[in-house]
Amino acid sequence: MSERPRKIEITDPVEITVDGQTVTAQSGELLIEACERAGAYVPRFCYHPRMEPVGMCRMCLVEVDTGRGPALQPSCMLPVTPGMAVDTTGEKVAKAQDGVLEFLLANHPLDCPVCDKGGECPLQDQTVAYGPGESRFVEEKRHYTKPIPISETVYLDRERCILCDRCTRFAKEVAGDPLIHFAERGAQTEVATFPGEPFSSYFSGNTVQICPVGALTAKPYRFKARPWDLEESESTCTGCSVGCRVTVQSSRNEVLRFQGVDSDPVNWSWLCDKGRFGFEAGNSEDRLGEPLLRDGGELRPARWSDALTAAASALKGADADRVAVLGGARLTNEGQLAWARLAKSVVGTDHVDAQLGDGLPAEVVLDLPGATIDEVCAPGGTVLYLGPDPKEELPVLHLRLRHAAVNDRVKIVSVSPVATGLSEFAAADVHPRPGETAVLVAALFGGDVPSDGVAGVPAEQVLAARELLSGAQDLKVVVGRQNLAESAAVMVDAVAAVRAAVPTATFLPALRRANVRGALEAGLAPGRLPGRATLEAPGSWKDAWGSLPKSVGRDAEGILTAAAAGRIDVLVLLGADPLSDFPDRDLAAKALDAAGTVISVDPFVNASAARAADVVLAAAAFGEVAGTTTSLEGRVTTLAQQVTPPGTARADWLLAVELADRLGTDTKVATAEDLWAQMVEGSAAHAGASTEALADEANVDGVLLALDGSGFTAPAATQVPPQNSYSLRLVVNRSLYDHGTLLSHCPSSAPLSREATLVLGPADAESIAVTTGSPVKVTAQRATITAVATVVDSVPRGTAVLHHNLADADADGVDPGRIVIAGEPVTEIRVEAG
Amino acid sequence: MPEGAATPELARVTSRWAVDGSHTIDGYRSSGSYAGYESIKAALDMTPDQVSGLVKDATVLGRGGAGFPAGVKWGFCPPGVWPRYLVVNGDESEPGTYKDRILMERDPHQLIEGCLIAAYAIGVAQVFLYVRGEMAHAQERIAAALNEAYAAGLVGKNILGTDFSVDIVLHWGAGAYIVGEETALIESLEGNRGMPRLKPPFFPAAKGLYMAPTIVNNVETLANLPWLVAHGVDEYRSVGTEASPGTRLIALSGHVNTPGVFEVPQGTTTFRELFESEQYGGGIRDGHHLKMFIPGGASAPWFFPEQVDLPLEGRVIGGEGSMLGSGAIVVMDETTDAVKACLRVVRFFARESCGKCAPCREGTTWEEKILQRILDGHGRPSDLDLLLDVADNISPGPYPTAAHPDAGLEAVPFPPRQTTICPLGPSSVAPITSAIRRFRPEFEAKITKRDSIPVSAAPAAPAPTPTAQGHH
Ligand SMILES: Cc1cc2nc3c(=O)[nH]c(=O)nc-3n(C[C@H](O)[C@H](O)[C@H](O)COP(=O)(O)O)c2cc1C
Ligand code: SF4
Ligand code: SF4
Ligand code: SF4
Ligand code: FES
Repeated sequence: MSERPRKIEITDPVEITVDGQTVTAQSGELLIEACERAGAYVPRFCYHPRMEPVGMCRMCLVEVDTGRGPALQPSCMLPVTPGMAVDTTGEKVAKAQDGVLEFLLANHPLDCPVCDKGGECPLQDQTVAYGPGESRFVEEKRHYTKPIPISETVYLDRERCILCDRCTRFAKEVAGDPLIHFAERGAQTEVATFPGEPFSSYFSGNTVQICPVGALTAKPYRFKARPWDLEESESTCTGCSVGCRVTVQSSRNEVLRFQGVDSDPVNWSWLCDKGRFGFEAGNSEDRLGEPLLRDGGELRPARWSDALTAAASALKGADADRVAVLGGARLTNEGQLAWARLAKSVVGTDHVDAQLGDGLPAEVVLDLPGATIDEVCAPGGTVLYLGPDPKEELPVLHLRLRHAAVNDRVKIVSVSPVATGLSEFAAADVHPRPGETAVLVAALFGGDVPSDGVAGVPAEQVLAARELLSGAQDLKVVVGRQNLAESAAVMVDAVAAVRAAVPTATFLPALRRANVRGALEAGLAPGRLPGRATLEAPGSWKDAWGSLPKSVGRDAEGILTAAAAGRIDVLVLLGADPLSDFPDRDLAAKALDAAGTVISVDPFVNASAARAADVVLAAAAFGEVAGTTTSLEGRVTTLAQQVTPPGTARADWLLAVELADRLGTDTKVATAEDLWAQMVEGSAAHAGASTEALADEANVDGVLLALDGSGFTAPAATQVPPQNSYSLRLVVNRSLYDHGTLLSHCPSSAPLSREATLVLGPADAESIAVTTGSPVKVTAQRATITAVATVVDSVPRGTAVLHHNLADADADGVDPGRIVIAGEPVTEIRVEAG
Repeated sequence: MPEGAATPELARVTSRWAVDGSHTIDGYRSSGSYAGYESIKAALDMTPDQVSGLVKDATVLGRGGAGFPAGVKWGFCPPGVWPRYLVVNGDESEPGTYKDRILMERDPHQLIEGCLIAAYAIGVAQVFLYVRGEMAHAQERIAAALNEAYAAGLVGKNILGTDFSVDIVLHWGAGAYIVGEETALIESLEGNRGMPRLKPPFFPAAKGLYMAPTIVNNVETLANLPWLVAHGVDEYRSVGTEASPGTRLIALSGHVNTPGVFEVPQGTTTFRELFESEQYGGGIRDGHHLKMFIPGGASAPWFFPEQVDLPLEGRVIGGEGSMLGSGAIVVMDETTDAVKACLRVVRFFARESCGKCAPCREGTTWEEKILQRILDGHGRPSDLDLLLDVADNISPGPYPTAAHPDAGLEAVPFPPRQTTICPLGPSSVAPITSAIRRFRPEFEAKITKRDSIPVSAAPAAPAPTPTAQGHH
């Protein structure tokens, strides 16, 4: 299951005796861990290696003698000390453990036959291993209403609860969402939510995984399977780019559950709910099991040979300079390489971009010296955070940052246009005016600070943040897109400002889509080739691939602009949905309408495909293709195939290989592993990440690519016009649950997306006389939209927020895509009561 | 009705109980066995170490239950670690214990002065006075006294013109016995649910309130300090015994003619004197005789008539297998049903268990249910062994004991070994083992005769198996 033997390094050895045997332990480590490594597993319920021990269940009692005679002690609370003698199996210990089990079972309903946990239940297992044969408890048991929902997804059965404090501790300590708590006392003690406040945490599913009994169950899995019917394999979540390790469990060719795996450098066994329950999309009835061709205005099922021929002949007939490929960040590394070759070599276009105007240039991701998650979170360090709200976009990275700040003395200086999930625990939290982040960042490292502040941030806050950064050894920077209503150049300038001040700083790119890093590593960006090669310096790819594009092509914005102007004859959407993904929806729509043949490669008919695709190639989805993926920190891990795709849907890499074949190029690829071997051979950065290396026990957590990027050169700074005093600057950011294609197909998560509103600070709201719930009119250069206002303290004066992709594509909704103009450095709006 | 000390010479902490207006600052200054707020002046003329030395030399035993010497405890604060806190334990809620409440109601300034002396000696700038939620009158009196003391410059900044400054914060509990346990009290003060922390590692003197060194002392312990500073070590030790000098408050309740709180010399007074003297209990209820008594709070194993001549001395009582604890003595005459008395005490612990650890949470409730079932006429012969075994799983034997063979007393679990986090769970074991070992026939009579309520009127019991039934 999800528990891996924990590796530890003994730097300060202590000798203890466990059941008569001398054992070397690490000074200060908990006895329960030392015993387990010595082969004496001590039963436990409340102890969890990733949380503070509480010593509540008393199951782990052992007899310990530290020189003052043996005494029963909970091994989960006791650090080892030299000479400690421990008895884990003696008569007294056995009686105490039997006794504790009997107590825990006294009020336990024993409804194992109808309990989801039955078969993988520590209480059940330990009762069999240690417990009494029959019950002496003849009294009436405690009764509660059987499961009550404590959130949209999680149910609580208080009768089964053994009050181990794992869920409540997780909520408070790990997630920072203390929404569940113990109530009442004595045998009436129960886990409870606060009245009227559900346990709506982005991390609630973890409590289900760590509950040692069947007290907490999750809606998507309830009564779906028995543990012994499940087949499983280890894989990586592709809900975002953090790359959490998971066990994918299925029964009868259907994925039913994800469990977090304790990957030490990454997710520590935690998952976010979007990732955990994301498998639902794969089982959706809307999945494509066959390709589609547009016929008389309608997309109709087709045969593969017809669909592939249609796609191939469109590609073959077109001038390479009039072909473009958008997307690819959702594919496997292998699929990305195959598509990069198809586009750049077989077709010969460099108009290829895996990011849809919502990311950072490839140079920022690949050519800066990199930092890993562990390095960013290393105890005592200092982090300059210039990324998006990690709680909304990269949830488990948020957990790691939270742990670093709360437990490991990491000082986070968070710079963002509005408050984020980090605000609560960041050492400094400053909010520059949208568009002026780089100006503020420069001021954090030196120069005069005018008395009225910098970029809207008060002078004393600038100086306090500067103070925190001034002594920083080894500065770590997390950088990503914070605002889709400003151009990426703003963040590039901010990076340049950091580099100018602290040349030794290292960078962790915080991009959202799962394999965006892999896509860039594979060359799915203008001017790029696999393995960080470029058109200018193609390395071995020139020979391997034969022909290459002559000049650097367009990025996503350029591609869509060209398409809108009728200059793109074939547009390939590689798991991309520009209508939902691209910040300027207006441009995306025009481009789709004016492009020639639109080919969509996707597991679903997404909004863009429904509007414009001529050919839809049904692609396999997560869990249906084996391969590898690359996380934001450059960690390559394996993806497992656990089930087969619906109908005849095919792996992305196979589609590229088949199309290349039809276009007359034999890529010599028979399997995904062949593709990966080409990557490892052609890229120095990937040298250690061969299929064999990834299969090695020593690399269970994957292989880190080389992070020694050095090719970044700062471009000329962007000119941001001064803010008009009558207008507000718009921030468009993302929320965890939006209307993305996959999420819309997850029945458990889809209802969790929030209302799309215009969020304002109190001062601006007051000046136009609106309050939360008032209708407002938002006027921008291109359009006017109407919305409902939400007023919150955390939005600074002069700034207003809309959320990306919360409104449906066609609806006349609160859609920032209608007012954001691609390429403008900032977006100014006027808001009036309406 | 007698209360307080038997003679004025013995009145140390109770010297103002009978004085009108003793709760005001003027009353405190003008009455009693020492002059109010003069002791803090004297203490401020000494070094903090000298004040601690005084407390250590006098052997001021803690009055909260464990009887640990206060001066020694203060010395456990790791040197050089600041801030430190002093927390006053005024949560008094053990059944039969009501001495601290009267101390707080009638002489609040004495407690405040005690806090100042301790704060000065320990090096504390912030004192938290935690008063049980239900004690509204005590809370009001302390709040008023604190206002007076602040106004008089006795609490706050630069006390009496010196550079000694200390704030005293009054905090009201929310009504849970368990927050009397010092680590649960600290949790509660921090704003958390009152559940004990595990010792080790959370010994308050090292890692207490907000993980800072914290001294927790009982109200009565601190109330002794002004008198001690005024009269000195020798006079403090002039009553009581070598190991347990001074006086202490005993809350006497139950079947005596004149129950009350009495200040008695430690160590020398016997239970008999306490029950029979006209100055104290005035004898067992007229026409009745002693059946058993609880010598030191609900957690203490019971004593019987054979032990009435023992002195009220911690070590002697410990050697006899019980404890003096919080000084609450409950007397029960022959009309008391041992099974009901046992249930009564066990139920208290079951209801007050904080729910943190399984043996206490589930075990005490189970015991309560078995006892209730026996009283309801549905007992089974195997229940007594079951009760003892459940007790053993909460507080495992065998026990170090100095049982008194002459007294017909078998080993009882004291001091308790525990499978639990704090001693509350094991406390529930004391009445069970005491009652069953001494009064087994009473339990058996309930089981075989089912004499409590008619069986037909009882709620349906779980169908007994033929072997389990085994009687009639
Ligand atoms: C379950 C339990 C309840 C307690 N209740 C009280 C109490 O109400 N008042 C008190 O002073 N000490 C109480 N104590 C003892 C305290 O933990 C602590 O030992 C005492 O306050 C220390 O003060 P002292 O050294 O002055 O006696 C209790 C202990 C336990 C285990
Ligand atoms: S619900 Fe589960 S995890 Fe939470 S306290 Fe109960 S048993 Fe533990
Ligand atoms: S944080 Fe990202 S990778 Fe991790 S579980 Fe969530 S969606 Fe998946
Ligand atoms: S012994 Fe009882 S009161 Fe003490 S911590 Fe355990 S459950 Fe709470
Ligand atoms: S595992 Fe140690 S007390 Fe629960």
